[in-house]
Amino acid sequence: MKMNGARILLESLKREGVDLVFGYPGGTVINLYDELMNVRDIRHILPRHEQGGTHAADGYARATGKVGVAIATSGPGATNTVTGIATAYMDSIPMVIISGQVPIPLIGNDAFQEVDMIGITRPITKHSFLIRNPKDIPAIVRKAFYIARSGRPGPVLIDFPKDVQIAQAEFKWPEQVDIRGYKPNLEGHPRQVEKAIQMMLAARRPVIYVGGGVILANAAADLTALARRLQFPVTTTLMGLGSFPENDPLALKMLGMHGAYAANMAMTNSDLILAVGARFDDRVTGKIATFAPHAKIIHVDVDPTSIRKNVRVDLPIVGDLQDVLAKMLVELDSQADGLAELLKNLTAWHEDISGWKEKHPIAYKQSTSVIKPQYVIQKLRELSNDDAIMATDVGQHQMWVAQFFGFQQPRTLLTSGGLGTMGFGLPSAMGAQAAFPKRQVLCVCGDGGVQMNIQELATMVQNRLPVKIAILNNNFLGMVRQWQELFFDKRYSQTCLELPIDFVKLAEAYGAKGLRTDKPAEVEQVVKAALAHNGPVVMEFKIAREEKVLPMVPAGASLNEMVLNA
Amino acid sequence: MHHTSHTIAVLVENEFGVLARVAGLFSGRGFNIESLTVAPTNEEGLSRMTIVTRGDENVLEQITKQLNKLVDVIKVIDFSDGSAIEREMAIIKVTAEEDSRAEVLRIVDIFRAKIIDVTPKSYTIEATGAPAKIDAILELLRPLGLKELVRTGAVAIGRGPKGWKG
Ligand SMILES: Cc1ncc(C[n+]2csc(CCOP(=O)(O)OP(=O)(O)O)c2C)c(N)n1
Ligand SMILES: [Mg+2]
Repeated sequence: MKMNGARILLESLKREGVDLVFGYPGGTVINLYDELMNVRDIRHILPRHEQGGTHAADGYARATGKVGVAIATSGPGATNTVTGIATAYMDSIPMVIISGQVPIPLIGNDAFQEVDMIGITRPITKHSFLIRNPKDIPAIVRKAFYIARSGRPGPVLIDFPKDVQIAQAEFKWPEQVDIRGYKPNLEGHPRQVEKAIQMMLAARRPVIYVGGGVILANAAADLTALARRLQFPVTTTLMGLGSFPENDPLALKMLGMHGAYAANMAMTNSDLILAVGARFDDRVTGKIATFAPHAKIIHVDVDPTSIRKNVRVDLPIVGDLQDVLAKMLVELDSQADGLAELLKNLTAWHEDISGWKEKHPIAYKQSTSVIKPQYVIQKLRELSNDDAIMATDVGQHQMWVAQFFGFQQPRTLLTSGGLGTMGFGLPSAMGAQAAFPKRQVLCVCGDGGVQMNIQELATMVQNRLPVKIAILNNNFLGMVRQWQELFFDKRYSQTCLELPIDFVKLAEAYGAKGLRTDKPAEVEQVVKAALAHNGPVVMEFKIAREEKVLPMVPAGASLNEMVLNA
Repeated sequence: MHHTSHTIAVLVENEFGVLARVAGLFSGRGFNIESLTVAPTNEEGLSRMTIVTRGDENVLEQITKQLNKLVDVIKVIDFSDGSAIEREMAIIKVTAEEDSRAEVLRIVDIFRAKIIDVTPKSYTIEATGAPAKIDAILELLRPLGLKELVRTGAVAIGRGPKGWKG
């Protein structure tokens, strides 16, 4: 049956199992939107800004593991998605972005609302397609989704010219997808796995260092099983939080710049690091020259370019993390003696670690007069469900969430780790809530970043997405202020936000509920009231203004050179 | 660290934007390109690039891995171990007046190059060979007055009976 290109695209999205898209109309997608009225089964949410829509699709993808879909018109609509695409790219989030484009004969002519979107997004997409012929649409959509979700996931852009949306063609869904230049290496080499097991059994001071790859690969259960079997302590990156339960005695919690003392000490003193789905980012390693000087490194990742990019590696294993971890578990089954020996050998190491944990646990000084931000995070954890999803923005509050929320399950933290995008929290929470209408979705923001996509409150109210937003209001761009305090002589250049915003009124203007307190004693009742309300709520907590995120490894210092209290 | 020259062959889909993806990868990651050539191959839909780059072992490992990661790249062949035959062509316009005319012809003869255009004041020469040979002929011609030079950049193919598919 012949249909127009717009319809072919929508039918193709249906074949890919897409049930929800976030998009914003305009001249070059008006045909697509017209056709959308004829299609059931695809729910469409209209954000108030294309950046919000893109982050919402990203939040949807992070929370569900499915591919998030965003639509924007050509020109300014498309460029508004760029920050969202870069955010997803840096954190390897599977997304498909459909941008309208001017009709093919006009491309290159500086037509109205024309931008070279493929060119602009080339370094921040896993791949991109320009559709030139409506008959190619099914194959392109199929490839785009396959590329987005397989191997190391990432965003894929489809640029969709207006004339191709109108032109007619036969809809033919390809049963197979075969891209000769794209064959992710998913099977871990058995020989490498054996070698890894031998190295692990010989270790005396091992650490498992886990990144977001474990969550992306849905390998948290295998990872947890492996760590417990080996009795290896586990530290996670910001992106890895949730891949290993933080209440487990083996948990070292987060490492790196604002990581736990025990985690950074364990890395520095280890003789074996098993890195799984992590990429030795500079926020994690500190000064590379002094990073884990005594450790042999086994690096497991699905992306070969992650291996040996920043640090030397003794044993690389390229493969899907579930596959590799499962093979490791099988291999261990035949190593009962070695395992018993190993467990004896680890006693001293476990004692060292307990010592570090006791010496400098992640902690803060409580106050009865002013709200400590860490206390708010603890209350949010205490009063919310175990499977609550937590989205954060970027800044001090993000680090307090990472340190104090105590993540237990994968896909419960949505945060912009790689790009560090302010404005991510609120719309990504919205996307997760749209995916899981019944689950609690929390969002912790700063007073700075929350204003970067505040307009999505309207989308939440309109679509009954009852996100509970906690603004930790220090009236500062707090994270930058902290750097200025510590490293720039307290010269607070442009970090005081000065004008106090009435966030309660702002919430009410959008039709959401607003709550506020500046008293520690009221924090609990505000959180309870918010959780009990069945619509979106903004909680404004006026917090200790100059509270710092500690410990801190100053940029360029070694991991064991932490500022513990300043 | 050894910053030596490496020659890499890259087989790519003959698709819209492939050259931009490869060039963008090099510029975005700070890899250097000494020369790059690209043209279609005998196989429909397939183009072949030859890239000469410079960097230590780690850089080269990243370059080949990153190239392999591009969806449109089908195969990357790293010729750094000297396993390739390399050829390049240069077209060279030199001053050739009175006494230097004979000298130019002598050099052209020694290098088995060809004169492809003649005027009373100049010769235009076509020279082919390994890049080192082109460097050598240029060395000799330079003192005589190089007016203009254009080089294709190296193309490379593996030695022995096997094609790139093995
Ligand atoms: C889009 C964007 N612009 C600037 C920055 C730099 N930056 C990082 S944290 C931060 C301060 C954030 O302030 P706020 O949202 O109030 O959070 P707080 O640190 O006070 O908790 C800034 C400006 C950024 N990460 N993202
Ligand atoms: Mg702030």
